[in-house]
Amino acid sequence: MPTEPSLRSATISVLVENEPGILARVVGLFSGRGYNIESLTVAPVEDGRNRSRINIVTSGTEMVIEQIKAQLDRLVPVHRVADLSKEGPHIAREMALIKIIAIGEKRVEALRLAEAFRARVIDATIESFIFEMTGNTDKLDAFLDLMRPLGLAEVSRTGVAAIARGTRII
Amino acid sequence: MSQTHTAPAAPAPETDLAPGAEVLLRALKEQGVEVIFGYPGGAVLPIYDAIFNQNAIRHILVRHEQAAVHAAEGYARSTGKVGCVLVTSGPGATNAVTGLVDALMDSIPVVCLTGQVPTHLIGNDAFQEADTTGITRPATKHNYLVKRSEDLARVVHEAFYVAKSGRPGPVVIDLPKDILINKAPYTAAPTTLHRSYRPRTEPDMEQIHRAVALLKSAKRPVIYTGGGVINAGDAATAALIEFVRKTGFPCTSTLMGLGAYPSNDPQFLGMLGMHGTYEANLVMHGCDVMLNVGARFDDRVTGRLNAFSPNSKKIHIDIDPSSINKNVPVEVPIVADAAIALKALSAAWDADSAKSDRAAIAEWWTQIEQWRGIECLKFNQDMTKGAIIKPQYAVQRLYELTRETGRETFITTEVGQHQMWAAQYFRFDQPNHWMTSGGLGTMGYGLPAAMGVQIAHPDALVIDIAGEASILMNIQEMSTLSQYRLPVKVFILNNQYMGMVRQWQELLHGSRYSESYTAALPDFVKLADSFHGVGLRATSVDQLDDVIREMIALDRTVICDIAVDQKENCFPMIPSGAAHNEMILGAGHGARAAGITDEGMVLV
Repeated sequence: MPTEPSLRSATISVLVENEPGILARVVGLFSGRGYNIESLTVAPVEDGRNRSRINIVTSGTEMVIEQIKAQLDRLVPVHRVADLSKEGPHIAREMALIKIIAIGEKRVEALRLAEAFRARVIDATIESFIFEMTGNTDKLDAFLDLMRPLGLAEVSRTGVAAIARGTRII
Repeated sequence: MSQTHTAPAAPAPETDLAPGAEVLLRALKEQGVEVIFGYPGGAVLPIYDAIFNQNAIRHILVRHEQAAVHAAEGYARSTGKVGCVLVTSGPGATNAVTGLVDALMDSIPVVCLTGQVPTHLIGNDAFQEADTTGITRPATKHNYLVKRSEDLARVVHEAFYVAKSGRPGPVVIDLPKDILINKAPYTAAPTTLHRSYRPRTEPDMEQIHRAVALLKSAKRPVIYTGGGVINAGDAATAALIEFVRKTGFPCTSTLMGLGAYPSNDPQFLGMLGMHGTYEANLVMHGCDVMLNVGARFDDRVTGRLNAFSPNSKKIHIDIDPSSINKNVPVEVPIVADAAIALKALSAAWDADSAKSDRAAIAEWWTQIEQWRGIECLKFNQDMTKGAIIKPQYAVQRLYELTRETGRETFITTEVGQHQMWAAQYFRFDQPNHWMTSGGLGTMGYGLPAAMGVQIAHPDALVIDIAGEASILMNIQEMSTLSQYRLPVKVFILNNQYMGMVRQWQELLHGSRYSESYTAALPDFVKLADSFHGVGLRATSVDQLDDVIREMIALDRTVICDIAVDQKENCFPMIPSGAAHNEMILGAGHGARAAGITDEGMVLV
């Protein structure tokens, strides 16, 4: 019997025509065909704002990920689809704004850990902090796990932006 | 192109401006549109006004928007052109959705113009407003909402290009009423490449050579063709026939591909899949090399995926990269237009010095002939006077008697048992003469599709092989047929059941015929009469030929109500979730097939 095909995570960047409905097309494709979206970012990336870049983190078997790429590529306003996690080394980062509501020991500990993780304090009151932190998803997750018992009240994350290392471009 | 997209073109001189509706019609004309299937309403009145003032484009007034799309599909599939539809906003657009999904699933090029409330009212829940681009996004290949007059002509040209290029499909253009009224500039169809959409048509030659090497080494090959061959045009059909004959390989076809390879040719195995022939399915199961041209390994073809053609190496030619490796992993993927790929394959086959294994292929044919000997489509028709008509016999006689006339014949169908019998017993030897709803399985497709075919081919014999349940889903189009004096023939195999539902209930649900019987059916003869057509009826086998002959001879819209055996089922059948070699044959075959018990159905 064949073994179960293994799942992998994929970071896919899609360069699209910046036109109304394009995000709905991409998101609808994922929901309509039952693919996962673990993270999604989108913003215009060109002068004149006529092209946008969508970064999607998804997971599936190799066959499903190939299918996701093919399905994205056949959308009419899509210029290019790149599977960054497959085409070579890449860098992926996300940013989080993290609100801690705490006083006394917990407050001191939160600030100490934030320094260790190189999170920046961007707002403070006597009973709260807001940290800004950039890093890969694992680093953000680790920091948030530490903050949870220290008064973590609210998180706003951007989702992953990714780009290939070196001279390769999309 | 990107220039016109990023910034509006410099304002055209006043003389080049015309009301949006006129600019729209001018663009349609430039795209070669001769016929529009449509239904008016408030939001599209400016277009109807423009249509009133011209003669170049003919408008066919349907009775329901779904039928307009099916008619455009019939028109498109029988001509190779793009079908054009015009409907109003709100309910006009939502009624068209079934037709759009049908065209999407079967890759039929259609451009559907939908009216929309004026731009300043969009989002206000205005009268007859619907989020048409939102609703049709997953129902189309692409869709557009025109919000600026300067985009109008460009969008129309682009929509036709998208609909017909690559893997064809339906495209919606949503047109707010103010855009139709306000002055707009006309721009001709662009000659430059599209910004982002560039379907690939030329094959990778390295893959072609790998395919040839595999095909030459084959001992048990098969060529499996689909609707993609038909969509790629006559060049693809010719290249397919040449390649099949050259190789001496057996050829089978999906429901959508019928007609690309002549059915009466000895190398043709008949249709494959759930109701395909015994020989075609066993060849698929037992082959060692499979060449798939323009088919998509649909579940109705593959049966249980993990048992599908387990020992073969597969080559897949498709213009849509997402069709390759979707369900079935293949060894040699070839993204290309079917005609170009088949020609390249043919040339590479000739250039390759290796010989194919003739002895092994001869042995393969011996095996195939044995499977053929089962005669899986055989049925028993009692020929005594007054005997009930077998539906298979009705289709077979329809085929033979239409063929006798020598007239060009187009067949459309609805969906269900009659559709499968039509596919099995009507033998097609030309592409584009068979229109059926394959992917979506839309009951009510056949009558409007036949209407579209007849518009495109006024002198041809156009027959909708129908069931009594399906035909009622778009029966209102009888009125359209009558208005335009379209001599479409409706050939109803009437068993008073939703036959395919009944068949599944018999086989899989303990014969509990839940809601599959239609009580109080109309009198189809009177119904034809009330729609200004002619109604004919055959209730026993001795009446059948006369009724068919009369139907063919009449230059009128005709409904033939053929009362057929209610208990007849469609065989062979691969039950859903079974493998190709687990086919059920009909009751009549048991005795004749060696090693098969005679208990109504048999696992092989």
